[in-house]
This record gives sequence, structure tokens and C-alpha cells, in this order.
Amino acid sequence: MTDSVLAQAFIYLCAAVIFVPIAKRLGLGAVLGYLLAGVIIGPFVLGLIGTEGHHVMHFAEFGVVMMLFLVGLELRPALLWQLRRPILGLGGLQVAVTGAVIAAAALALGVTVRPAIAIGLTFAMSSTAIVLSTLTERGLLKTGGGQSAFSVLLFQDISVIPILAVFPMLGVTVAAAVNDATAHAGRPAWLSALVVVGAVVGVIAIGRFVVRPVFQFLAAAKLRESFTAAALAIVVGIALLMLQVGLSPALGTFLAGVVLADSEYRHELETDIEPFKGLLLGLFFISVGAQIDFGLIGSRPLQIVGLVLSTMALKLVVLHVLGRIFGLDRPARWLFSIALAQVGEFAFVLLSFAVQQRIFDPELAKTLVATVAISMVLTPPAFIVLERYVLPRVTERGVDRPPDEIVDEGAPVVIAGYGRFGQMVGRMLRANRIRVTILDLDPEMVDVLGRLGVKAYYGDASRIDLLHAAGCAHAKLFVLAVDNAATATQIAENVRIHFPHLPILARCVDRPHYWALRSLGVRKVFRETFGSAYETGIEALKHLGFRAHTAHRLAQRWRKHEESSLEELGDVWRGGDRDAYFKRARGAMDEAERLMRDEDPTVYAGGDAGWNNESLRADAKIDTAAVDETETS
Amino acid sequence: MRRILILFAHPVLERSRVNRRLLAMARDVTGVTIHDLYDAYPTLDIDAKREQRLLLEHDVIVFQHPFYWYSTPAILKEWQDLVLQHGWAYGHGGTQLRGKITLNALTTGGPASAYRREGANRFTIRELLAPWDQTAHLCGMRFLAPFAVHAALKVVGDEDVGACRAAYRTLLEALRDDRIDLDRAAAADNLAVALPSLIHREVA
Repeated sequence: MTDSVLAQAFIYLCAAVIFVPIAKRLGLGAVLGYLLAGVIIGPFVLGLIGTEGHHVMHFAEFGVVMMLFLVGLELRPALLWQLRRPILGLGGLQVAVTGAVIAAAALALGVTVRPAIAIGLTFAMSSTAIVLSTLTERGLLKTGGGQSAFSVLLFQDISVIPILAVFPMLGVTVAAAVNDATAHAGRPAWLSALVVVGAVVGVIAIGRFVVRPVFQFLAAAKLRESFTAAALAIVVGIALLMLQVGLSPALGTFLAGVVLADSEYRHELETDIEPFKGLLLGLFFISVGAQIDFGLIGSRPLQIVGLVLSTMALKLVVLHVLGRIFGLDRPARWLFSIALAQVGEFAFVLLSFAVQQRIFDPELAKTLVATVAISMVLTPPAFIVLERYVLPRVTERGVDRPPDEIVDEGAPVVIAGYGRFGQMVGRMLRANRIRVTILDLDPEMVDVLGRLGVKAYYGDASRIDLLHAAGCAHAKLFVLAVDNAATATQIAENVRIHFPHLPILARCVDRPHYWALRSLGVRKVFRETFGSAYETGIEALKHLGFRAHTAHRLAQRWRKHEESSLEELGDVWRGGDRDAYFKRARGAMDEAERLMRDEDPTVYAGGDAGWNNESLRADAKIDTAAVDETETS
Repeated sequence: MRRILILFAHPVLERSRVNRRLLAMARDVTGVTIHDLYDAYPTLDIDAKREQRLLLEHDVIVFQHPFYWYSTPAILKEWQDLVLQHGWAYGHGGTQLRGKITLNALTTGGPASAYRREGANRFTIRELLAPWDQTAHLCGMRFLAPFAVHAALKVVGDEDVGACRAAYRTLLEALRDDRIDLDRAAAADNLAVALPSLIHREVA
């Protein structure tokens, strides 16, 4: 027994160790790596794990619970309150509309009413595990689309409870089922409601009043592992409590996480739970992959593929429409709808429950389970398609808003990019009554500027027609202040080619960008953080006792050296030999230090040599000796 | 009691031999305000209003500096250009500095013997300070002889500046307490040398 558990654990861990890095390396993401690992070690490829994958999945679902706890930790109550509209409105509509549409489709395919409703509700769910992991992995969770997806997932988690309550009524013998349901809960509805409310209040109370003193005690005892144990105990305990009262454990721990988001132990909790969550979620994804019944798919490939694609398409359309109603912009809408187009892990639970309640026969359930699993596996690749092909298109063209009609007023300066950087330049110029034409790609920024009484044009400055419209043909100066390196380089290239007479002053993000812009013939390139770092350096010297004037002189000398060595290093960098580059870069740093060291006699070799009186002193010694003699005589 | 303002200008004070020690001593003299110009305006961005306020608050203005190229370090020229405004310091309505006392406390690399007609520098310090003399005159200020410390390049340690440091203290205190013969101080060549004969006995 122990042997087989260890052997299994070994197989799972090896699969994760081998496939996840490969998947990440190929740009497929960790989630897809786990799923593929599951497929490969599963019963239909290598057969290293068999039917027990089902139990593993049950166990691993706890990873989802932990994930929601961590998500809760990131979400302060105030932030959650801000999300109430998307959670209730968007989430509620999503479950209702998707459920209705899928149920209608099922009816059209010849399923009877009750099973159709059950399928609709089941397929309305999306996969919290896959979506949140993928969004986090790709850094999309905090975007507008990511936040909306998160809100909907949260509502889905809540709605599983009433759906589980409704299912018995969809069974073959309604009366018996209702009896069964109430018998199952063992108490009347009002009492259940009371218990649920009590449990929620209990979770909040524990988070507020129990956890802190316990952690304070443990922190004082300096017992690292008991800290971890306590963190796990909180999560497991709350999950248990939630199961007892018939609530979703994920929801309960999420709530606990939110309550603890303000506590000073938030960071410790995060680091303690994180590895468990990671492992369990990985295990969960592997078991989803292993669950896919390739035998079934092989026997009816067209049917299954058709089901998967039509399900995802229907969900996608509903999500897209809802996203539009709730004011998501185009890229956010695509992210939101592609993220949630799959059917989630709750479906496995709901489907087996449905079979138990005799809503439909096991044969149909098997087909549905395969559909769900494939839709989950398709999600990470869908994200890749989204990021590589869909987002660039919908973002770049900005179809929601055509570029503004630019009125060429013959302004001598064109500024591309009017964020924090461009604004500083623009304001300085405008304060000196120099007219500027402002182009910016952020429609919000353009609107804000409009309110401030500054006319900025919305539009992509890398488009040549827009450059023409902005008056580049007769402008005297082009200030390139966009924050995206690739865009900036593109704009610089276009300006150089089409308006070779127009000098460019450009902002760059880093050294390679600096050299790229210089190679294009940009006259002056400014590293975007150089100015403030330079000022900070001067203040630091002053704080350490240098006279203000000396600190400035030293900083200026350093800056000159830094700028000339940057130009030199550019040649080495373009040569492509990285070893040579780093060697040269190190040399330049040493050189700068030597230059700064006050003891070094060459310190005056630069501009300050005029203040050096060392050689004068040497001369004076001879002279004064001679003079002294004449004086004494 | 006169209030004394030392307008100090040295671009590389860290390397100074005499000025640094004189300045340190002056800090101990009560009634003396020290204003280090290079420290206050490292980029030469002089705040003329603030400088004028400081001038109004004091009765004796001492410009202390090394004698670079027969003149002052650059910041003092900038200071003159920006602070001594027409209509404030001179010209129509420019009476704000009238009656104040001013002098240069300076250090030279070469010996005193170099600053005479037959010396290497051909002119005396007083002759070379003619622009300062005339500036003071135009502003209605009383221009005293310079306090000049020569052969500063020869200075190595504290003991080398002991005498001139004590003299500088005596000068500042005498100016503060009105114990110096201003007419003779204005006519002297070098206060550092002539000082003992210019000081009144302690007045009751």
C-alpha cells in the first residue's frame, strides 16, 4: 500500500518535473504542461496511472481551495466591495444566460427538458483552477478583462451551492428527490439558511479574532513548522466547516483569505500555503489530463469534437455580449471571453451528482465528462492564440476608436507619447509658449488631458499618415516619449525614413534600446530613469558629507564618463560578442570609479584641472625659497 | 555691535589650506554669519532675493575667497551680477547698501613680495582689487583694505596658519565691536599686517 502510494507520488512528481519546464520553455505555460503530463502518464498513453486518477483528482481539488485562499489574501475587503457589480451582475447574468443558451442547444439536440437544464447549469461553470492559474502565470489577472473573469468565477463558486440544491428536483421522481434532498441535509430550509449564515459569520470571526493571537503566539515561539501547520490548519479547518454546512470550501477559504488580507501575517500565510497550492494544483491538472477517455473520443471523434467546439463557441459568444454590455473594451472582452469559454472542474462533481440523481444516464455523462476535460485542456492553447494573434490585432487597430482628426496648426514640435515623461517635456515647452502637437495611444489619457484643457490627439504615432497629419513635414523637432520600446523604435524608424530632416529627441527604456535608437540616427537619447537616479546620487553624496558643489562636479564628471562609455559600449554590443561586452562594461565601471576617487592625481585631468594647485605648489617651493633668500638679504 | 556676513567662495574647499582653517575659526566668533556660496548654489543658480535679504541683515560684508587669477572664484562674479541690482544697490533709488562696511579676505599662492611693481605680479593687491573698490564705492559702501594671507601654497599644517588665524579673529571681533579705526583701515595696504596699529584700546 505504502509502496504503491510512494510509487504513484514518484510518477506524478517526475511527470511534473519533466513536462512542466518543457512546456514553459516552449511558451505553452505551466498549466498546459501539467495537463499534457497527465495525458502522457494516463491510461491511454503510457498507462502509468490508471483509474485511481479519479481519486487523486478528488484529493487534488484541494489545491483549488488553497488557491482561492491565496486569491482572497490578495483582495482586501474594500477591493472586494468595489467588485460587487461585476460579481453579482456580470457573474449572475453569465450563469443564467449561458445556462439557458446551452440548455436550449441541448434541447435542440434532442435531450429532454430536465437533463437539458442540468447540462446548461453544469456547462455554465468555468474552471477556476485553470483560468486563475493561467491568468496569474501570464500576468493578466490585474487587467480589466482578468478582473471581470475573476468576478464571474467567484459568482460561479457561489452558485454551485444552489445548483446542487436544484439538481435533485430535476431527477426522475421529483417528489422523492425533494424528500431526498431535504433528508440529505437533515434540516428544514430556514435552518439551513441560518446555519450557512452562521458559518460565514464564524469564518469572519475566526479570521478577525482567533488567527491573530494564535499567530502572535507562534511567532513568539519562533517555530517555523508550527506556523506552516497552523496556516494549513486554518485552510483545512474552514474547508471542513464549509462542507459540513453544505457550502463550497473554496468559497469559505476565499472569505477567510479576504478577512486576513489586512492582517500583518498575510505574507507569512502566503509563503506557507503557496508551495502546497502549487503542488496540489499541479496534481489536479495532471489528473484532469489523465481523465480524458481517449477510447470514447476515438469511438465518436466527430461528436465529441463538435460538442467541445460548439460549447466553447456558445460560451464565448455569450461572454462577449455580456462583456460589451458591462463596458469592457475590445481587448479586455476577448481576454474575458476566451478565459471563461471552457467548462470547469465543478462539472465533474455536478455530472456525477446528476447521474446519482438519475437526471441522465451514465453513457451521456461519460460523453459530457470527455467534453469538459477537452475544453479545459484547450484553454491554455486558447490563451496562446489570444496573446499571439487576437490581442495584437484588436489592440493595435484600436477599432473602438478611430484616430482623431488632427488639425495641423503648424506647431514646431511633435510629441509622441504624453504620459509622465512626455508631459514634463510638453509642459516645459508650452510654458515657454512653444506650440506642440501631442499624439498618444491611450484614449483615457487623451480624455484626461482634454479635461485639463490640453489638446492631445488619439492615434498611433507609428502610422506614417498620422505623422504627416501631425505636421512632421514642417516641424522643427520630434520628441519621442512613448514608454514601449518596440513602438518607440518603430516610430523612430518611420520618422527617420519619411522625415529625414526632422531631429528626434527620444526616451529609451534600457541600454539596448538606447543603442537601437542611436543606430537609427536619433540625435539624442535619454534613459528614462537617468535624470532622477542622477539627482538621487547627488543627494546621497551630499548626505554623506560632500559639499553641494563638489557633489555636483563629481556627478557631472561621472555623467560625462558614463555617457561617452555608453556610446563606446554600443559598438561592442552591436558587434554581438557578449563576453567582450561585459568585459568592456566592467572596465568602464572601474574607470569611472578611478575617476571619482579624489586621491587620484588624475582627478583634475578633466575640466577641474584649473583648480589644481599641486604643480603650482611644487613650483612655489623653489620660487618662495629664492624669494625668501632675497627678502632676508 | 555690528553684524558681520562672510560671503565665502571656494570651489574645492576640501583642498583648501588656509581658507578652510580661517573659516573654521570664524564659525566660533559670535555675531558672524557664514554663507558658503558654492555650497548654497552648486549650480550657480543664485537666489538674488535671498542674498539681498542677507545683506540687509548685516552691517559688515566680508568676501572671503582664494585670489584666483587676480580676482575671485567665478561664483562671486555671478553673485555681483545678480545681487547688486540697479535701483537696489546703486543708481536711482539704489541705496540699500549705503553705509555698510566691506572688505575682501583673500589668500594668494605667491608671497607678498610678488605683489609689487618690481614683483612677478607687477601690481599690488589693492590695485588688483580696483573693481571691488569701485563696486563698493558705487554702492555707497566703505571699502577697507584687504585681509590678505600670502604664500598659502606653503602652508602644510595648523601651525603654519596660527598667526593669520588669530589675526583674522581679531579683525572680525574688532569690526563687530567697533574697535577699529576705519579711516586708517581703509587706507592701509593689508589688514593682516597693519591690524595691531589700527585697533583701539578696549573702550569702557
